[in-house]
Amino acid sequence: MDIIVCVKQVPDTAEAELRIDEGGRRVETGGLVFDINETDNYAIEEALLLRERHGGTVTALTVGPDGAQAVLRKCLAKGADRAILLRDEAFEGSDAFAIAKIIRSAMKDARFDLVLTGATASDDGHMAVGVMLAEMLGVPHASMVNRIEVRAGAVRVNRELEGGLEEVVDVRLPAVLTIQTGINEPRYVSIMGIRRARSKPLEVLGLDGLDLSEGDVGEAGSWIKVTRMYAPPAEKEVVILSGSPDEVAERLAEALRARGVL
Amino acid sequence: MKRLFVLAEHRRGEIRDITFEMLTKGRELAGEMKAELTAVLLGSGSEGFAKILAEWAERVLVVDDDRLANFNAEAYQRVLSALIREHGPALTLIGHTSFGVDLAPALAVELGMPLATDCVGLRYEDGQLTITRQMHGGKVNADAALRGAAGCIATIRPAAFEAEEGGPMGGEVVEVGSPLEGDIEVKRFIEYVEPAPGEVDLGEAEIIVSVGRGIGDAKNLSLIEGLAEALRGEVGCSRPVVDRGWLPKERQVGSSGKTVKPKLYLAIGISGAFQHVMGMKASGAVIAINKDQRAPIFGYSDYGVVGDLFKVVPALTKKINELRGAGK
Repeated sequence: MDIIVCVKQVPDTAEAELRIDEGGRRVETGGLVFDINETDNYAIEEALLLRERHGGTVTALTVGPDGAQAVLRKCLAKGADRAILLRDEAFEGSDAFAIAKIIRSAMKDARFDLVLTGATASDDGHMAVGVMLAEMLGVPHASMVNRIEVRAGAVRVNRELEGGLEEVVDVRLPAVLTIQTGINEPRYVSIMGIRRARSKPLEVLGLDGLDLSEGDVGEAGSWIKVTRMYAPPAEKEVVILSGSPDEVAERLAEALRARGVL
Repeated sequence: MKRLFVLAEHRRGEIRDITFEMLTKGRELAGEMKAELTAVLLGSGSEGFAKILAEWAERVLVVDDDRLANFNAEAYQRVLSALIREHGPALTLIGHTSFGVDLAPALAVELGMPLATDCVGLRYEDGQLTITRQMHGGKVNADAALRGAAGCIATIRPAAFEAEEGGPMGGEVVEVGSPLEGDIEVKRFIEYVEPAPGEVDLGEAEIIVSVGRGIGDAKNLSLIEGLAEALRGEVGCSRPVVDRGWLPKERQVGSSGKTVKPKLYLAIGISGAFQHVMGMKASGAVIAINKDQRAPIFGYSDYGVVGDLFKVVPALTKKINELRGAGK
């Protein structure tokens, strides 16, 4: 089973104070720590598990700046066979549609049974690249997958629905699946893995290696253009309590009593 | 006549809330655009649904076909793309749900029609659609313009818009022949799998003490259990805690877990991504404890503590136990 895994390098913003840059359209990423996107980490793990069971190859692919090589090295260290970085200044500002076009173009001659990618990116959260890519490749897809069982010429997958419900769907191969967190337990990178990764192929492709023009990628080739970024308005007026832990506890207890829950 | 399409979402004999939320927002937008509000209903034996939707839309397009009984993105895409090509709606609204997420991106590519996903705001400015969406787990809002004049598709975040009372619109129900031919072989719906019944039903709990990624390790959960016990409440959690196997799925609050409505909800070490917020925003009083003062959860809270949960939680547990003791 030959599997291509699309991963993304994202800034860890969970506890970071985000600043909008002077242009007002982008988050300043200087000083932030970058890593593999969380759902993509489950996708690469699932690909490695499928290869362990069914043989074949795992290729990790990303669209990003030079620094994004780090996430590809991580995938190689975990066990991927090869990696492809799609990098070009012209790709900057690409939305989900433009990213899907870039990946489609890089994959046009590739042989694959499955394409896996994370269900959502923690930064822009479009939840769209995988399903767009499937349509561009002319293959079926299933999104938000939390279980995969390989059958003859098909996969039987569980898709996560709302409220804990799941649906079971058969999807004919080749196919694109977008992977949810919790489907497996992602492995850590070992020292041995890092050493082995050094000798694995990491190919870099730019716009001139693709069957696309500048108008197809970046902002020019995107459907949506961000015009303004700002802090979201609060839905509730929050009262921030400060002081030592004991003082805060005292005030919270008062608030609970005032509301009749204590 | 300009049209605005709203794709009705239904599952197992019920129209889902997102449909009415979209129809409410759709009515406002259709007014601004001077467009006809059209509900699109794909299903099998769904006359009952059509009657309900007719109270919410000026027109209901119905395609009835056995192959549309359960949601199948492949079948839905074929039918919906034919309808959009024929009627040319200026805007098509689809839920940003597990259903819409499986359908809209492929539909948009097939039609070459710009798509914006997970929208929490939509408006027309000089005939141009501007949408608002969130990024970085709800820490940033982005306004964005959609290219192209021929028509756009937007997926709408559940609970972003409130559903108002419908109608009476007395919309016209129009049956359309199904364009589907043959079996949908590439993708087949097999069955639904119910969540395993658990030992608690958080939906019934009056007090919930929920914990997120900030707890760091399963061995720290006793802190949260201690506080829940002091408050006579149940322990809940956000998704990462279940993904790591620290608590069972039945305790997960959020769109893919439980929707809860307790009198008191404590969010401890939970950043407040919308998937979690959707499950708890109807709670009475909300208290958030988080070391990140920019955590989105504070925007949904009545009281917030910016601090270290490992110090605040034990202090609060002790305080409550003292008060309980004194009240005996």
